[in-house]
Amino acid sequence: SRWEYGVAGLFSDDPVSEEFFEKLEEHLLAGDVGLELTESLLEDLRSFAKREKVGKASDLKQHFAQEIKDTLQRVPKMGEPLSFDGPLGVILLVGVNGSGKTTTAAKLAASFRKRGETVVLAAADTFRAAAIDQLRIWGERTGTRVIAQSPGSDAAAVVFDALQAVKSVGRGVVVVDTAGRLHTKHNLMEELTKIHRVARREVDPSCIETLLVLDAVTGQNGLVQAETFHAAFPLTGFVLTKFDHTARGGILLSLASRLALPVRYVGLGEKEEDLDSFDVDSFVEGLLSLKQEVPSDA
Amino acid sequence: MFDALKDRFEKIFGTLRGKGRLSEEDVNLALREVRRALLEADVHYKVVKDLTDRIRERATGQDVLASITPAQQVLTIVFEELVAVMGSEPKPLTISPKPPTVYLMAGLQGSGKTTSTVKIASRLKGSHKPLVVACDLQRPAAVEQLRVLAEKAGVAFYGPQAGQTDPVQVARGSLKYAEDHLADLILLDTAGRLQIDEALMEELVRIKEAVPPQEVLLVVDAMTGQEAVTVAESFHAKLGLTGVVLTKLDGDARGGAALAIGAATGAPVKLAGMGEKIEDLEVFDARRMGQRILGMGDVVGLVERV
Ligand SMILES: Nc1nc2c(ncn2[C@@H]2O[C@H](COP(=O)(O)OP(=O)(O)OP(=O)(O)O)[C@@H](O)[C@H]2O)c(=O)[nH]1
Ligand SMILES: Nc1nc2c(ncn2[C@@H]2O[C@H](COP(=O)(O)OP(=O)(O)OP(=O)(O)O)[C@@H](O)[C@H]2O)c(=O)[nH]1
Ligand SMILES: [Mg+2]
Ligand SMILES: [Mg+2]
Repeated sequence: SRWEYGVAGLFSDDPVSEEFFEKLEEHLLAGDVGLELTESLLEDLRSFAKREKVGKASDLKQHFAQEIKDTLQRVPKMGEPLSFDGPLGVILLVGVNGSGKTTTAAKLAASFRKRGETVVLAAADTFRAAAIDQLRIWGERTGTRVIAQSPGSDAAAVVFDALQAVKSVGRGVVVVDTAGRLHTKHNLMEELTKIHRVARREVDPSCIETLLVLDAVTGQNGLVQAETFHAAFPLTGFVLTKFDHTARGGILLSLASRLALPVRYVGLGEKEEDLDSFDVDSFVEGLLSLKQEVPSDA
Repeated sequence: MFDALKDRFEKIFGTLRGKGRLSEEDVNLALREVRRALLEADVHYKVVKDLTDRIRERATGQDVLASITPAQQVLTIVFEELVAVMGSEPKPLTISPKPPTVYLMAGLQGSGKTTSTVKIASRLKGSHKPLVVACDLQRPAAVEQLRVLAEKAGVAFYGPQAGQTDPVQVARGSLKYAEDHLADLILLDTAGRLQIDEALMEELVRIKEAVPPQEVLLVVDAMTGQEAVTVAESFHAKLGLTGVVLTKLDGDARGGAALAIGAATGAPVKLAGMGEKIEDLEVFDARRMGQRILGMGDVVGLVERV
């Protein structure tokens, strides 16, 4: 490795120094927190250290971690698994190409089924090659009914069918897998708006969850992604996927605080059981490397 | 965002026009803006540091030319340094002197390997007879995805035979199939994997040994953040990358990963994915990428004038 990533002794017993703040800044940047937020976090920490006359860097650790945890925990429903008040719930999974929507749909279906709910998977990605086959295989693996039409058909119509299928049995959850789309593609965003409209017509809006599925490896573009999706139709939360990766997902800090939307789940692998609810403590400890060292030679 | 950097430079250097030398202080002010732009573009922070050090060295103490503004002068240096990291000349895919030519595609989950495999095959079908090979036996319907795309592109397809579960076997089988069907270009699509997954990384090494590739191409999503460096370094250490395909550049990600990967591995970005359709593939242009990373318009024109 050409560069070392070690943050060994970041919050050490050494006196708080300029070097400490520089190292911490680099560490946050390396975790994709972004320059703007990093600078403002450090400014706060600097004035705290001054005000409280903190001597050792190790004495800043608790305070700093807590500040970040608070930013996340301030957001209502942060880390809470989904539940629906009405008989009919809809989970709409949206996001850019390849972020993990289809896999997350399967994982959610498996998890709701485990709780004894009726679940229908809606194959609303009618665009990508073999997207329907992919969801069908997941349907078989998780024992979930999949509602699909042929490739190229109207995505909103598929969602409508899936909603009717659940309505006919009285109660249940529809998990909608949509096609990946870059937030810059206007016509594709329109398609999502249409799906959302169909859902709102058929289901109590308080029972519609629109989750942005975000790959943990995403950098600063995550911000404009989320903002653009959120502007097209309101998002209600996030799923952070591929968090079994070494990436820290620091972009979530800006996202969650700017949009005040909760992270509901994290994806931790490619199997149906690899889904956890989002845990603020372990996320922040991972971001600050408080739990374990980043390997110095990755 | 367009040309914001140039505006900020002009503010910094505004009073300097046509006299004296660039002082360290002026250059430092400008470099703070450069640093900001690069970090916002997801260039790895260590690469940013290396780059700004080099730019500082080159810019400080330079005579301010009468012909252009100091802002332009420094911008030119910044731009040249960025392009130097990415390699200013296009690097085409190479063809093995002894057929078949094999390309091995690798990368993280969802980066765009399967799509790019078919895009490349389609692009080369005028001069070669390509065969795309499904070595992803992991992701549900991955084989089917490649088959559908290959059919759409009108290129030959080879997948696992009944009962086969080892991608290495499939890769080996494709050699024979290519020979029988007179295909002279084999593209191996592989399953997405994390660079920390030892077992799956070993699998790639075994594929590489079984079917020695002419090119090992890392497929990277342009939206990737700071981890791009770690990912590229790990794949490079295991496989010896010969090039990179940067995908999803049809979005608005600034794509700093291109710079980071170049700096970390020296592997050139060869191709750019510009959309989901088979024809959405372009030859990577380091100069345009430099502009994109800096978030500015027309520097290329400017550099040519200097
Ligand atoms: N390691 C890991 N891989 C994941 C995770 N979630 C999804 N993947 C993988 O990421 C790749 C893309 O996942 P998909 O679920 O197909 O992504 P998508 O968003 O539906 O993709 P498009 O429909 O093409 O936009 C697949 O190879 C998945 O197996 C995760 O939490 N961890
Ligand atoms: N907008 C855009 N989408 C792309 C591009 N390249 C690939 N995609 C999309 O990104 C998603 C993932 O592409 P795949 O080719 O399936 O990626 P992969 O690396 O093979 O994924 P796994 O096999 O699951 O690891 C799909 O929705 C593709 O259509 C591109 O250049 N631009
Ligand atoms: Mg999908
Ligand atoms: Mg694939």
